[in-house]
Amino acid sequence: MTTLTLAKAVNEGLRRAMEEDSKVLVMGEDVGKLGGVFRVTDGLQKDFGEDRVIDTPLAESGIIGTAIGLALRGYRPVCEIQFDGFVFPAADQIITQLAKMPLRSLGAVKLPVVVRIPCGGGIGAVEHHSESPEAYFTHTAGLRVVACSNPADAYTMIQDAVRCDDPIIFFEPKRRYWDKAEVDLAAAGLPLDRARTARQGTDVTLLAYGPMVKTCLAAATAAEEEGRDAEVIDLRSLNPLDLDVITESVRRTGRCVVVHEAPVFSGFGAELAARITEQCFYNLEAPVLRVGGFSTPYPPSRLEDHYLPDLDRVLDAVDRVFAY
Amino acid sequence: MTAEAPRGADAPPELIQLLTPEGERVEHPDYDIELTAEEVRSLYRDLVLVRRVDLEAVALQRQGELGLWASLLGQEAAQIGSGRALTDADMAFPTYREHGVAWCRDVDPVKLLGMFRGVNHGGWDPYEHNFHLYTIVIGSQTLHAVGYAMGVQRDGAEAATIVYFGDGATSQGDVNESFIWASVFNAPVVFFCQNNQWAISEPLEKQTRIPLYKRASGFGFPGIRVDGNDVFACLAVTRKALADARSGQGPTLIEAFTYRMGAHTTSDDPTRYRVANELEAWKLKDPIERVKAYLFKNQLADQEFFDKVDAEADALGKDVRRRCLELPDPKPEAMFDHVYGGPHALVDEEREQYLAYLAGFEGGAETGAER
Repeated sequence: MTTLTLAKAVNEGLRRAMEEDSKVLVMGEDVGKLGGVFRVTDGLQKDFGEDRVIDTPLAESGIIGTAIGLALRGYRPVCEIQFDGFVFPAADQIITQLAKMPLRSLGAVKLPVVVRIPCGGGIGAVEHHSESPEAYFTHTAGLRVVACSNPADAYTMIQDAVRCDDPIIFFEPKRRYWDKAEVDLAAAGLPLDRARTARQGTDVTLLAYGPMVKTCLAAATAAEEEGRDAEVIDLRSLNPLDLDVITESVRRTGRCVVVHEAPVFSGFGAELAARITEQCFYNLEAPVLRVGGFSTPYPPSRLEDHYLPDLDRVLDAVDRVFAY
Repeated sequence: MTAEAPRGADAPPELIQLLTPEGERVEHPDYDIELTAEEVRSLYRDLVLVRRVDLEAVALQRQGELGLWASLLGQEAAQIGSGRALTDADMAFPTYREHGVAWCRDVDPVKLLGMFRGVNHGGWDPYEHNFHLYTIVIGSQTLHAVGYAMGVQRDGAEAATIVYFGDGATSQGDVNESFIWASVFNAPVVFFCQNNQWAISEPLEKQTRIPLYKRASGFGFPGIRVDGNDVFACLAVTRKALADARSGQGPTLIEAFTYRMGAHTTSDDPTRYRVANELEAWKLKDPIERVKAYLFKNQLADQEFFDKVDAEADALGKDVRRRCLELPDPKPEAMFDHVYGGPHALVDEEREQYLAYLAGFEGGAETGAER
């Protein structure tokens, strides 16, 4: 076991993937000498060279568009989008080209492109640096969308993402980059499309992914003091969704709270609530409640603590599903 | 609003031409080309055949057999000339109008009809012919081509990449980004811009204040304007640019100066925005007529040859029509195929549920989705 931050765990995972397959490339803005603004790609260019760790011009559509071309030529590019709010210039290449080209070729083309996006708020950043754009991508058929929440998962999930032949949007919770945990560098980890029960419980199911898993675990600990035993599920994969793990849990607990940073309205939690309602209707003691961002643009950082779901807002929702 | 013309815009642009509209050979110090009689006849045949396939596709659309068609009428020389310059190892990235290039890459014309008939969204294997799928969103493919070329570069392979786009596409961010990428990475790519003067209804002046080929210099690589209706010149200029790319000299922008003689697509009505005499003027520069005149004048082909090519074109048209009508409608479950490379819980579940739903109708899938 090795103690790694989440950022370093992604770095180690990338290093392992690049050692395993010479076709794996890393590309993005400042990923080379600087090692990325969060240092996730630190040292990779030094060890793998400028042909494999490519400092690109400053244009996100160009990053994804050329990554598609490299993938067409047999490479496996891992693209870094520097911040969540910068992915939109690349939206056309991701949604219109990357997601659909394999289907358009009737399967002749594989596009094993990973798009890494540091996501979410909580670091006191300026505008466009704290967003949670996952629902735009889960809504796009052809993409896989995953989110890691901890160093051990980050290490294996990035390797699995690189090995996968489908294009993947890979969300990294930026405010958890510096969280440390024990990582078994020899472990295989759960398959990429599987959810993980982060904490077992019997009274209520908390569903989260990325940065909110830690928040939900803290909320579960606090709920315990009130005699409520919360189960926490880390979805890991948003598309496809490991619905079996979710429904098995909710059928047992009868109550469910979904937590994400993104706005609640039309957020990924809406999909979860609808599916759980369809599949667990007779087991539900209360409606599925959602805790998330407001229907506002992400606020200035002095207000972000009000916007981001925290332990108390999760507990408040837990109270409400019990009071129903 | 009249903007003051930028400096240099009034200088007459050099247009590489090796064959005049009257069928006279012109020498050029940098781009001369030796073609045997057989090669010229072969180019003529290609030009005639792709025009015939195109006309047949327009007719098929008019008869309701295709939902849409984007005609290449008038752009045959640009496409055949550049397409014939490619080697097997080179890769081509088309728009949705490169039927002539597809022909040069031995893509069955009927495969091009699939997306226009609505039986698929692409439908050929890009690797089989080194001819990528048609791209509909304007300019996106330029980045794919540059990325592909960067892959070629990393492989150390002796191959070039060519990417097609139009005058309208030059306003797209992706095209400009692709110029930057190609330039700073010295990618082995040829940008082949068919300036057909119109982006649906918008004339060239809506896209640029300077000749398009001059854009290249700002990005740091050569730009050339070629007579896009001159198949010899298009062949020669593209050959040179591809050779430069293969030998590590980086990208070239070729502006093939041509004219869209038809509508943008079968859904378009150019009489609403352009005057008839413009078309009449360009008809005098027809890409096929000048090759025919050249062959005649130099006694490189006789009437029997021309009759034979016409007969071949008619037979090809008939064959394309017959096989278009025979294209099977996809089964409903086909829409679930290839969304992902392997199993996907949600897509698999929806496929199963929808098929079960259809099976509930008398007659099953055949009647379940009647509208």
